[in-house]
Amino acid sequence: MSNAPGIRLENLTIGYGGNPVVSDLNIEFPGGKLSMVVGGSGSGKSTLLRHVLQLQPPISGDIFMGGHEIGHLSRRKRSCLRQRMGVLFQDGAMLGSLRVRDNIALPLREHTRFKEKQIMEIVQNRLELVGLGHALDLYPNELSGGMRKRAGLARALVMDPQILFCDEPTSGLDPVMSAELDQLLLEMMRHFDMTMLVVTHDLSSMRGLADFVVVLGEGRCLFQGTIEELEKTEDAYLRRFLDRAPEERTAPRLTMPPIDSKMMKINCSDFLSE
Amino acid sequence: MAEKAQGTVFSIPMPTAVLRRVADELGALFLFMLESLALMFAGFGQVSKTIRQIYFIGVQSVSVIALIGLFTGMVMGMQLYYALATFGADGFLGTGVALAMVRELAPVLSAIMLTGRAGSAMTAEIGVMRISEQIDALTIMDINPMRYLVAPKMAACLLSFPILTAFFNLIALWGGWLTGVKLLGANEGVYWSRVQSSLDWSDIEGGFIKAIIFGLLVCTICCFEGYFTHTRSGHAGPEGVSQSTTNAVVKSCVVILAADYILTSLLW
Repeated sequence: MSNAPGIRLENLTIGYGGNPVVSDLNIEFPGGKLSMVVGGSGSGKSTLLRHVLQLQPPISGDIFMGGHEIGHLSRRKRSCLRQRMGVLFQDGAMLGSLRVRDNIALPLREHTRFKEKQIMEIVQNRLELVGLGHALDLYPNELSGGMRKRAGLARALVMDPQILFCDEPTSGLDPVMSAELDQLLLEMMRHFDMTMLVVTHDLSSMRGLADFVVVLGEGRCLFQGTIEELEKTEDAYLRRFLDRAPEERTAPRLTMPPIDSKMMKINCSDFLSE
Repeated sequence: MAEKAQGTVFSIPMPTAVLRRVADELGALFLFMLESLALMFAGFGQVSKTIRQIYFIGVQSVSVIALIGLFTGMVMGMQLYYALATFGADGFLGTGVALAMVRELAPVLSAIMLTGRAGSAMTAEIGVMRISEQIDALTIMDINPMRYLVAPKMAACLLSFPILTAFFNLIALWGGWLTGVKLLGANEGVYWSRVQSSLDWSDIEGGFIKAIIFGLLVCTICCFEGYFTHTRSGHAGPEGVSQSTTNAVVKSCVVILAADYILTSLLW
Protein backbone atom coordinates (compact mmCIF):
# COMPACT_ATOMS: atom_id res chain seq x y z
CA MET A 1 0.00 0.00 0.00
CA SER A 2 1.53 3.30 -1.10
CA ASN A 3 1.70 6.41 1.09
CA ALA A 4 2.44 8.67 -1.86
CA PRO A 5 0.10 11.68 -2.18
CA GLY A 6 -2.51 12.05 -4.90
CA ILE A 7 -3.21 15.14 -7.00
CA ARG A 8 -6.74 16.46 -7.45
CA LEU A 9 -7.95 19.14 -9.86
CA GLU A 10 -11.30 20.75 -9.09
CA ASN A 11 -13.12 22.86 -11.69
CA LEU A 12 -9.75 23.96 -12.97
CA THR A 13 -9.57 26.31 -15.95
CA ILE A 14 -6.08 27.08 -17.17
CA GLY A 15 -4.66 29.44 -19.75
CA TYR A 16 -2.59 32.55 -20.33
CA GLY A 17 -3.60 36.16 -19.80
CA GLY A 18 -7.19 35.25 -19.02
CA ASN A 19 -7.60 33.23 -22.26
CA PRO A 20 -8.53 29.65 -21.36
CA VAL A 21 -6.57 26.80 -22.99
CA VAL A 22 -8.30 23.94 -21.14
CA SER A 23 -11.51 24.45 -19.18
CA ASP A 24 -13.27 22.83 -16.29
CA LEU A 25 -10.89 20.02 -15.37
CA ASN A 26 -12.05 17.66 -12.62
CA ILE A 27 -9.41 14.96 -12.34
CA GLU A 28 -7.98 12.86 -9.53
CA PHE A 29 -4.49 11.48 -10.21
CA PRO A 30 -4.09 8.50 -7.85
CA GLY A 31 -1.23 8.47 -5.31
CA GLY A 32 1.61 5.98 -5.84
CA LYS A 33 0.69 5.45 -9.49
CA LEU A 34 2.08 6.62 -12.79
CA SER A 35 -0.42 8.94 -14.45
CA MET A 36 0.00 10.24 -17.94
CA VAL A 37 -1.47 13.31 -19.57
CA VAL A 38 -1.56 12.90 -23.34
CA GLY A 39 -3.00 14.87 -26.22
CA GLY A 40 -2.09 16.45 -29.51
CA SER A 41 0.25 19.39 -29.93
CA GLY A 42 -1.27 22.55 -28.44
CA SER A 43 -3.83 20.60 -26.43
CA GLY A 44 -2.63 22.18 -23.16
CA LYS A 45 -0.59 19.34 -21.63
CA SER A 46 2.46 21.43 -20.77
CA THR A 47 0.21 24.33 -19.75
CA LEU A 48 -1.51 22.00 -17.28
CA LEU A 49 1.87 20.95 -15.90
CA ARG A 50 2.98 24.58 -15.47
CA HIS A 51 -0.22 25.28 -13.51
CA VAL A 52 0.13 22.19 -11.33
CA LEU A 53 3.72 23.26 -10.60
CA GLN A 54 2.46 26.75 -9.72
CA LEU A 55 4.57 28.42 -12.37
CA GLN A 56 1.33 29.97 -13.63
CA PRO A 57 -1.78 30.92 -11.65
CA PRO A 58 -4.98 29.20 -12.88
CA ILE A 59 -7.84 31.25 -14.31
CA SER A 60 -10.21 29.51 -11.89
CA GLY A 61 -10.49 26.34 -9.83
CA ASP A 62 -8.29 24.57 -7.30
CA ILE A 63 -5.38 22.12 -7.26
CA PHE A 64 -4.91 19.78 -4.29
CA MET A 65 -1.76 17.79 -3.51
CA GLY A 66 -1.75 15.40 -0.59
CA GLY A 67 -4.86 17.14 0.78
CA HIS A 68 -3.39 20.67 0.60
CA GLU A 69 -4.99 23.24 -1.67
CA ILE A 70 -1.75 24.57 -3.17
CA GLY A 71 -3.01 27.95 -4.40
CA HIS A 72 -3.24 29.43 -0.92
CA LEU A 73 -0.33 27.87 0.94
CA SER A 74 1.78 29.92 3.32
CA ARG A 75 5.38 30.57 2.23
CA ARG A 76 6.69 27.88 4.57
CA LYS A 77 4.20 25.26 3.41
CA ARG A 78 4.85 26.07 -0.24
CA SER A 79 8.55 25.60 0.50
CA CYS A 80 7.80 22.19 2.05
CA LEU A 81 5.69 21.19 -0.94
CA ARG A 82 8.41 22.15 -3.42
CA GLN A 83 11.03 20.23 -1.50
CA ARG A 84 8.84 17.12 -1.63
CA MET A 85 8.46 17.18 -5.40
CA GLY A 86 10.85 16.77 -8.30
CA VAL A 87 10.51 17.89 -11.89
CA LEU A 88 12.15 16.57 -15.02
CA PHE A 89 11.95 19.38 -17.56
CA GLN A 90 11.72 18.74 -21.29
CA ASP A 91 15.38 19.58 -21.97
CA GLY A 92 16.63 18.83 -18.46
CA ALA A 93 16.90 22.57 -17.58
CA MET A 94 20.33 22.01 -16.05
CA LEU A 95 22.08 25.22 -14.99
CA GLY A 96 24.62 25.80 -17.76
CA SER A 97 27.23 27.43 -15.53
CA LEU A 98 27.47 24.47 -13.12
CA ARG A 99 29.00 21.03 -13.60
CA VAL A 100 26.63 18.06 -13.50
CA ARG A 101 27.61 17.24 -9.90
CA ASP A 102 26.98 20.82 -8.73
CA ASN A 103 23.64 20.92 -10.56
CA ILE A 104 22.52 17.81 -8.72
CA ALA A 105 24.02 18.88 -5.41
CA LEU A 106 22.28 22.27 -5.56
CA PRO A 107 19.02 21.34 -3.76
CA LEU A 108 20.98 19.43 -1.10
CA ARG A 109 23.31 22.39 -0.48
CA GLU A 110 20.36 24.78 -0.27
CA HIS A 111 17.95 22.73 1.84
CA THR A 112 19.88 20.22 3.97
CA ARG A 113 22.55 20.22 6.67
CA PHE A 114 24.61 17.47 5.01
CA LYS A 115 28.37 17.86 4.93
CA GLU A 116 29.94 18.19 1.47
CA LYS A 117 31.23 14.60 1.63
CA GLN A 118 27.73 13.23 2.30
CA ILE A 119 26.28 15.44 -0.46
CA MET A 120 28.78 14.04 -2.94
CA GLU A 121 27.89 10.47 -1.90
CA ILE A 122 24.20 11.13 -2.58
CA VAL A 123 25.01 12.84 -5.89
CA GLN A 124 27.20 9.92 -6.97
CA ASN A 125 24.43 7.48 -6.00
CA ARG A 126 21.76 9.32 -7.98
CA LEU A 127 23.99 9.66 -11.02
CA GLU A 128 24.76 5.96 -10.92
CA LEU A 129 21.03 5.20 -10.65
CA VAL A 130 20.47 6.96 -13.97
CA GLY A 131 23.62 5.50 -15.52
CA LEU A 132 25.69 8.69 -15.50
CA GLY A 133 28.26 7.85 -12.83
CA HIS A 134 31.03 8.93 -15.21
CA ALA A 135 29.55 12.37 -16.01
CA LEU A 136 30.16 13.98 -12.62
CA ASP A 137 32.62 16.61 -13.86
CA LEU A 138 31.03 17.43 -17.19
CA TYR A 139 29.11 20.59 -17.98
CA PRO A 140 25.52 20.27 -19.33
CA ASN A 141 26.59 21.40 -22.81
CA GLU A 142 28.98 18.44 -22.95
CA LEU A 143 26.09 15.96 -22.56
CA SER A 144 23.92 14.48 -25.30
CA GLY A 145 20.13 15.07 -25.24
CA GLY A 146 19.46 11.72 -23.55
CA MET A 147 22.23 12.24 -21.00
CA ARG A 148 20.88 15.70 -20.17
CA LYS A 149 17.47 14.19 -19.50
CA ARG A 150 18.95 11.51 -17.27
CA ALA A 151 20.99 14.14 -15.42
CA GLY A 152 17.77 16.14 -15.03
CA LEU A 153 16.12 13.03 -13.63
CA ALA A 154 18.98 12.56 -11.15
CA ARG A 155 18.49 16.15 -9.97
CA ALA A 156 14.72 15.66 -9.71
CA LEU A 157 15.31 12.58 -7.52
CA VAL A 158 18.04 13.96 -5.29
CA MET A 159 15.70 15.07 -2.48
CA ASP A 160 13.75 11.77 -2.47
CA PRO A 161 10.56 13.41 -3.75
CA GLN A 162 7.09 12.03 -3.11
CA ILE A 163 5.78 13.38 -6.40
CA LEU A 164 7.72 13.40 -9.65
CA PHE A 165 6.58 15.44 -12.66
CA CYS A 166 8.01 14.79 -16.10
CA ASP A 167 7.50 17.03 -19.12
CA GLU A 168 7.84 15.07 -22.39
CA PRO A 169 10.59 12.80 -21.03
CA THR A 170 11.06 10.88 -24.29
CA SER A 171 10.79 13.71 -26.82
CA GLY A 172 13.80 13.94 -29.10
CA LEU A 173 15.15 10.55 -28.08
CA ASP A 174 15.60 7.52 -30.32
CA PRO A 175 13.25 4.53 -29.68
CA VAL A 176 15.87 2.55 -27.73
CA MET A 177 16.76 5.51 -25.54
CA SER A 178 13.02 6.25 -25.05
CA ALA A 179 12.37 2.69 -23.91
CA GLU A 180 15.37 2.86 -21.56
CA LEU A 181 14.14 6.12 -20.02
CA ASP A 182 10.62 4.69 -19.63
CA GLN A 183 12.06 1.68 -17.83
CA LEU A 184 14.13 3.95 -15.63
CA LEU A 185 11.09 6.03 -14.66
CA LEU A 186 9.16 2.91 -13.75
CA GLU A 187 12.02 1.58 -11.61
CA MET A 188 12.39 4.95 -9.86
CA MET A 189 8.70 5.10 -9.10
CA ARG A 190 8.75 1.67 -7.50
CA HIS A 191 12.03 2.27 -5.69
CA PHE A 192 11.08 5.65 -4.21
CA ASP A 193 7.32 4.94 -3.79
CA MET A 194 6.30 8.07 -5.65
CA THR A 195 3.33 9.51 -7.42
CA MET A 196 4.37 10.25 -10.96
CA LEU A 197 2.68 12.60 -13.41
CA VAL A 198 4.06 12.44 -16.93
CA VAL A 199 3.06 14.75 -19.76
CA THR A 200 3.75 13.18 -23.13
CA HIS A 201 2.54 12.60 -26.64
CA ASP A 202 4.44 9.32 -26.90
CA LEU A 203 1.73 6.66 -27.25
CA SER A 204 4.12 3.72 -26.86
CA SER A 205 5.28 5.15 -23.52
CA MET A 206 1.66 5.57 -22.50
CA ARG A 207 0.77 2.00 -23.42
CA GLY A 208 3.84 0.62 -21.63
CA LEU A 209 3.78 2.62 -18.42
CA ALA A 210 0.55 4.36 -17.55
CA ASP A 211 -1.66 3.26 -14.65
CA PHE A 212 -3.99 6.21 -15.24
CA VAL A 213 -4.46 8.25 -18.42
CA VAL A 214 -5.91 11.68 -19.09
CA VAL A 215 -6.45 12.80 -22.68
CA LEU A 216 -6.71 16.52 -23.38
CA GLY A 217 -8.08 17.99 -26.60
CA GLU A 218 -10.54 20.52 -27.95
CA GLY A 219 -9.97 22.67 -24.85
CA ARG A 220 -11.24 20.08 -22.37
CA CYS A 221 -10.58 16.70 -20.81
CA LEU A 222 -11.69 14.09 -23.35
CA PHE A 223 -10.94 11.03 -21.27
CA GLN A 224 -9.73 9.90 -17.87
CA GLY A 225 -9.32 6.33 -16.78
CA THR A 226 -7.10 3.29 -17.21
CA ILE A 227 -5.28 2.40 -20.39
CA GLU A 228 -7.57 -0.62 -20.87
CA GLU A 229 -10.65 1.63 -20.76
CA LEU A 230 -9.02 4.02 -23.21
CA GLU A 231 -8.22 1.26 -25.70
CA LYS A 232 -11.91 0.25 -25.73
CA THR A 233 -13.18 3.77 -26.48
CA GLU A 234 -15.51 4.38 -29.40
CA ASP A 235 -15.04 8.16 -29.40
CA ALA A 236 -13.97 9.19 -32.93
CA TYR A 237 -11.37 11.78 -31.85
CA LEU A 238 -9.78 9.42 -29.33
CA ARG A 239 -9.77 6.52 -31.80
CA ARG A 240 -8.04 8.69 -34.39
CA PHE A 241 -5.52 9.78 -31.76
CA LEU A 242 -4.85 6.21 -30.59
CA ASP A 243 -4.66 4.78 -34.13
CA ARG A 244 -2.54 7.72 -35.29
CA ALA A 245 -5.03 8.22 -38.13
CA PRO A 246 -4.97 11.67 -39.69
CA GLU A 247 -8.23 13.46 -40.31
CA GLU A 248 -9.74 12.48 -43.66
CA ARG A 249 -9.57 15.24 -46.24
CA THR A 250 -12.07 15.82 -48.99
CA ALA A 251 -10.08 18.58 -50.73
CA PRO A 252 -6.60 17.88 -52.14
CA ARG A 253 -3.79 19.22 -49.93
CA LEU A 254 -1.42 20.34 -52.68
CA THR A 255 -3.20 22.83 -54.88
CA MET A 256 -0.25 24.94 -56.01
CA PRO A 257 1.92 23.96 -59.01
CA PRO A 258 5.73 23.66 -58.47
CA ILE A 259 7.65 26.94 -58.53
CA ASP A 260 8.37 28.08 -62.08
CA SER A 261 12.15 27.94 -62.68
CA LYS A 262 11.93 31.22 -64.63
CA MET A 263 11.04 32.94 -61.37
CA MET A 264 14.30 31.87 -59.72
CA LYS A 265 17.08 34.49 -59.51
CA ILE A 266 19.59 31.76 -60.36
CA ASN A 267 18.18 28.87 -62.39
CA CYS A 268 19.11 25.81 -60.34
CA SER A 269 16.27 23.57 -61.50
CA ASP A 270 18.59 21.13 -63.32
CA PHE A 271 21.43 21.30 -60.80
CA LEU A 272 20.78 17.90 -59.22
CA SER A 273 19.54 16.17 -62.40
CA GLU A 274 21.96 13.57 -63.75
CA MET B 1 -13.97 52.15 -43.18
CA ALA B 2 -15.85 51.20 -40.09
CA GLU B 3 -12.59 50.18 -38.50
CA LYS B 4 -11.03 53.52 -39.38
CA ALA B 5 -13.98 55.34 -37.98
CA GLN B 6 -13.59 53.49 -34.71
CA GLY B 7 -9.92 54.41 -34.64
CA THR B 8 -8.56 50.86 -34.57
CA VAL B 9 -6.49 51.08 -37.76
CA PHE B 10 -4.58 54.31 -37.13
CA SER B 11 -5.16 54.31 -33.40
CA ILE B 12 -2.82 56.34 -31.24
CA PRO B 13 -2.50 54.96 -27.71
CA MET B 14 -4.25 57.12 -25.17
CA PRO B 15 -1.72 59.08 -23.07
CA THR B 16 -3.27 57.69 -19.90
CA ALA B 17 -2.75 54.11 -21.08
CA VAL B 18 0.87 54.83 -21.97
CA LEU B 19 1.42 56.59 -18.66
CA ARG B 20 -0.13 53.67 -16.81
CA ARG B 21 2.15 51.20 -18.61
CA VAL B 22 5.21 53.31 -17.84
CA ALA B 23 4.12 53.65 -14.19
CA ASP B 24 3.56 49.87 -14.01
CA GLU B 25 7.00 49.16 -15.39
CA LEU B 26 8.70 51.69 -13.12
CA GLY B 27 6.85 50.24 -10.13
CA ALA B 28 7.89 46.70 -11.05
CA LEU B 29 11.49 47.88 -11.56
CA PHE B 30 11.51 49.58 -8.17
CA LEU B 31 10.16 46.50 -6.39
CA PHE B 32 12.67 44.33 -8.26
CA MET B 33 15.47 46.61 -7.03
CA LEU B 34 14.24 46.54 -3.42
CA GLU B 35 13.93 42.75 -3.43
CA SER B 36 17.40 42.22 -4.85
CA LEU B 37 18.88 44.69 -2.35
CA ALA B 38 17.17 42.92 0.55
CA LEU B 39 18.29 39.48 -0.67
CA MET B 40 21.97 40.51 -0.84
CA PHE B 41 22.18 39.70 2.86
CA ALA B 42 20.32 36.38 2.75
CA GLY B 43 22.89 34.13 4.39
CA PHE B 44 26.57 33.24 4.04
CA GLY B 45 25.86 31.31 0.87
CA GLN B 46 25.68 34.64 -0.93
CA VAL B 47 29.34 35.45 -0.25
CA SER B 48 30.89 32.95 -2.66
CA LYS B 49 28.40 33.84 -5.41
CA THR B 50 29.11 37.55 -4.88
CA ILE B 51 32.87 36.99 -5.06
CA ARG B 52 32.40 35.14 -8.36
CA GLN B 53 30.38 38.08 -9.70
CA ILE B 54 32.95 40.61 -8.46
CA TYR B 55 35.54 38.69 -10.45
CA PHE B 56 33.35 38.82 -13.57
CA ILE B 57 32.02 42.38 -13.26
CA GLY B 58 34.99 43.99 -11.53
CA VAL B 59 38.27 42.16 -12.11
CA GLN B 60 37.60 41.23 -15.73
CA SER B 61 36.68 44.86 -16.52
CA VAL B 62 39.95 46.33 -15.24
CA SER B 63 41.72 46.26 -18.60
CA VAL B 64 38.82 47.94 -20.45
CA ILE B 65 38.51 50.61 -17.76
CA ALA B 66 42.26 51.21 -17.84
CA LEU B 67 42.24 51.62 -21.60
CA ILE B 68 39.26 53.97 -21.67
CA GLY B 69 40.61 55.94 -18.68
CA LEU B 70 44.01 56.34 -20.33
CA PHE B 71 42.65 57.65 -23.64
CA THR B 72 40.06 59.89 -21.99
CA GLY B 73 42.76 61.41 -19.78
CA MET B 74 45.10 61.86 -22.74
CA VAL B 75 42.44 63.59 -24.83
CA MET B 76 41.43 65.82 -21.92
CA GLY B 77 45.08 66.70 -21.27
CA MET B 78 45.62 67.64 -24.89
CA GLN B 79 42.40 69.62 -25.44
CA LEU B 80 42.61 71.49 -22.17
CA TYR B 81 46.29 72.32 -22.69
CA TYR B 82 45.59 73.91 -26.09
CA ALA B 83 42.53 75.77 -24.76
CA LEU B 84 44.28 77.04 -21.61
CA ALA B 85 47.57 77.87 -23.32
CA THR B 86 45.86 80.39 -25.61
CA PHE B 87 45.42 82.73 -22.67
CA GLY B 88 48.45 81.60 -20.70
CA ALA B 89 46.55 79.55 -18.15
CA ASP B 90 48.15 76.16 -18.86
CA GLY B 91 49.03 75.96 -15.18
CA PHE B 92 45.40 75.09 -14.57
CA LEU B 93 45.62 71.95 -16.67
CA GLY B 94 45.73 69.73 -13.55
CA THR B 95 42.63 71.46 -12.13
CA GLY B 96 40.66 70.96 -15.34
CA VAL B 97 41.60 67.32 -15.80
CA ALA B 98 41.06 66.43 -12.15
CA LEU B 99 37.64 68.09 -11.77
CA ALA B 100 36.32 66.83 -15.11
CA MET B 101 37.43 63.30 -14.36
CA VAL B 102 36.55 62.93 -10.70
CA ARG B 103 33.20 64.71 -10.83
CA GLU B 104 31.85 63.66 -14.22
CA LEU B 105 33.75 61.62 -16.72
CA ALA B 106 35.08 58.81 -14.56
CA PRO B 107 31.73 57.76 -13.01
CA VAL B 108 29.77 58.22 -16.27
CA LEU B 109 32.22 56.59 -18.67
CA SER B 110 32.99 53.73 -16.27
CA ALA B 111 29.28 53.05 -15.87
CA ILE B 112 28.66 53.12 -19.62
CA MET B 113 31.61 50.82 -20.29
CA LEU B 114 30.47 48.44 -17.55
CA THR B 115 26.96 48.46 -19.02
CA GLY B 116 28.39 47.35 -22.35
CA ARG B 117 30.73 44.75 -20.91
CA ALA B 118 28.98 43.33 -17.85
CA GLY B 119 25.40 44.64 -17.98
CA SER B 120 24.68 43.17 -21.41
CA ALA B 121 26.17 39.85 -20.28
CA MET B 122 23.97 39.84 -17.18
CA THR B 123 20.84 40.41 -19.29
CA ALA B 124 21.79 37.74 -21.79
CA GLU B 125 22.70 35.20 -19.08
CA ILE B 126 19.46 35.66 -17.15
CA GLY B 127 17.42 35.83 -20.37
CA VAL B 128 18.83 32.55 -21.67
CA MET B 129 18.19 30.96 -18.28
CA ARG B 130 14.60 32.17 -18.48
CA ILE B 131 13.86 30.81 -21.95
CA SER B 132 15.58 27.47 -21.26
CA GLU B 133 13.45 26.87 -18.13
CA GLN B 134 16.47 27.14 -15.80
CA ILE B 135 14.77 29.85 -13.74
CA ASP B 136 11.63 27.68 -13.53
CA ALA B 137 13.85 24.82 -12.38
CA LEU B 138 15.28 26.99 -9.59
CA THR B 139 11.77 27.99 -8.51
CA ILE B 140 10.65 24.36 -8.47
CA MET B 141 13.71 23.42 -6.37
CA ASP B 142 12.53 26.08 -3.90
CA ILE B 143 15.58 28.23 -4.63
CA ASN B 144 14.60 31.88 -4.98
CA PRO B 145 15.97 32.93 -8.41
CA MET B 146 16.20 36.53 -7.24
CA ARG B 147 18.43 35.48 -4.36
CA TYR B 148 20.43 33.00 -6.39
CA LEU B 149 20.90 35.02 -9.58
CA VAL B 150 20.19 38.71 -9.09
CA ALA B 151 21.26 39.58 -5.52
CA PRO B 152 24.95 38.53 -5.96
CA LYS B 153 25.14 40.60 -9.16
CA MET B 154 23.67 43.58 -7.32
CA ALA B 155 26.19 43.28 -4.47
CA ALA B 156 29.04 42.91 -6.98
CA CYS B 157 27.91 45.99 -8.94
CA LEU B 158 27.61 48.11 -5.79
CA LEU B 159 31.19 47.17 -4.84
CA SER B 160 32.81 47.11 -8.27
CA PHE B 161 31.47 50.33 -9.80
CA PRO B 162 33.08 52.74 -7.26
CA ILE B 163 36.36 50.82 -7.19
CA LEU B 164 36.58 50.80 -10.98
CA THR B 165 35.67 54.50 -11.04
CA ALA B 166 38.56 55.22 -8.66
CA PHE B 167 40.84 53.20 -10.91
CA PHE B 168 39.56 55.15 -13.95
CA ASN B 169 40.40 58.40 -12.13
CA LEU B 170 43.97 57.32 -11.43
CA ILE B 171 44.65 56.20 -14.97
CA ALA B 172 42.94 59.26 -16.49
CA LEU B 173 44.98 61.69 -14.35
CA TRP B 174 48.09 59.85 -15.45
CA GLY B 175 46.89 60.06 -19.10
CA GLY B 176 46.41 63.84 -18.72
CA TRP B 177 49.93 64.11 -17.34
CA LEU B 178 51.27 62.04 -20.23
CA THR B 179 49.97 64.37 -22.94
CA GLY B 180 49.88 67.69 -21.05
CA VAL B 181 53.26 67.40 -19.35
CA LYS B 182 55.33 64.85 -21.24
CA LEU B 183 54.18 65.58 -24.80
CA LEU B 184 53.14 69.24 -24.73
CA GLY B 185 55.48 70.58 -22.06
CA ALA B 186 53.29 71.79 -19.19
CA ASN B 187 55.05 72.02 -15.82
CA GLU B 188 54.95 68.70 -14.00
CA GLY B 189 55.05 70.10 -10.47
CA VAL B 190 52.27 72.58 -11.21
CA TYR B 191 50.15 69.86 -12.82
CA TRP B 192 50.25 67.54 -9.80
CA SER B 193 49.96 70.31 -7.26
CA ARG B 194 46.86 71.65 -9.06
CA VAL B 195 45.38 68.13 -9.13
CA GLN B 196 45.94 67.89 -5.39
CA SER B 197 44.76 71.37 -4.42
CA SER B 198 41.69 71.56 -6.64
CA LEU B 199 40.07 68.38 -5.41
CA ASP B 200 37.97 68.51 -2.24
CA TRP B 201 36.81 65.44 -0.39
CA SER B 202 33.31 66.36 -1.53
CA ASP B 203 34.38 65.92 -5.17
CA ILE B 204 35.72 62.44 -4.53
CA GLU B 205 32.75 61.54 -2.36
CA GLY B 206 30.36 62.83 -5.03
CA GLY B 207 32.09 60.71 -7.69
CA PHE B 208 31.74 57.63 -5.50
CA ILE B 209 28.07 58.36 -4.76
CA LYS B 210 27.43 58.65 -8.49
CA ALA B 211 29.26 55.38 -9.17
CA ILE B 212 27.25 53.52 -6.52
CA ILE B 213 23.95 54.86 -7.84
CA PHE B 214 24.93 54.05 -11.43
CA GLY B 215 25.83 50.51 -10.31
CA LEU B 216 22.43 50.16 -8.66
CA LEU B 217 20.60 51.44 -11.75
CA VAL B 218 22.59 49.43 -14.30
CA CYS B 219 22.25 46.19 -12.36
CA THR B 220 18.52 46.68 -11.77
CA ILE B 221 17.75 47.51 -15.40
CA CYS B 222 19.94 44.78 -16.91
CA CYS B 223 18.76 42.02 -14.57
CA PHE B 224 15.12 43.13 -14.87
CA GLU B 225 15.22 43.01 -18.67
CA GLY B 226 16.72 39.51 -18.61
CA TYR B 227 14.43 38.21 -15.88
CA PHE B 228 11.27 39.22 -17.74
CA THR B 229 12.47 38.31 -21.25
CA HIS B 230 9.61 35.81 -21.58
CA THR B 231 6.97 38.51 -21.11
CA ARG B 232 8.14 40.41 -24.19
CA SER B 233 5.23 40.04 -26.60
CA GLY B 234 6.14 39.11 -30.17
CA HIS B 235 9.80 38.43 -29.33
CA ALA B 236 10.00 34.99 -27.80
CA GLY B 237 13.09 32.79 -27.60
CA PRO B 238 16.55 33.92 -28.73
CA GLU B 239 15.13 37.00 -30.46
CA GLY B 240 13.55 38.03 -27.16
CA VAL B 241 16.93 37.70 -25.41
CA SER B 242 18.67 39.82 -28.04
CA GLN B 243 15.88 42.41 -27.81
CA SER B 244 16.13 42.46 -24.02
CA THR B 245 19.90 42.87 -24.17
CA THR B 246 19.62 45.80 -26.58
CA ASN B 247 16.92 47.39 -24.43
CA ALA B 248 18.96 46.92 -21.27
CA VAL B 249 22.02 48.65 -22.73
CA VAL B 250 20.08 51.53 -24.28
CA LYS B 251 17.93 52.13 -21.20
CA SER B 252 20.95 51.90 -18.88
CA CYS B 253 22.94 54.45 -20.91
CA VAL B 254 20.03 56.90 -21.04
CA VAL B 255 19.33 56.46 -17.32
CA ILE B 256 23.03 56.94 -16.47
CA LEU B 257 23.14 60.28 -18.30
CA ALA B 258 19.82 61.46 -16.87
CA ALA B 259 20.80 60.41 -13.35
CA ASP B 260 24.17 62.12 -13.81
CA TYR B 261 22.47 65.44 -14.51
CA ILE B 262 20.20 65.07 -11.47
CA LEU B 263 23.02 63.97 -9.18
CA THR B 264 25.33 66.76 -10.34
CA SER B 265 22.57 69.29 -9.61
CA LEU B 266 22.06 67.84 -6.14
CA LEU B 267 25.67 67.22 -5.15
CA TRP B 268 27.43 70.42 -6.18
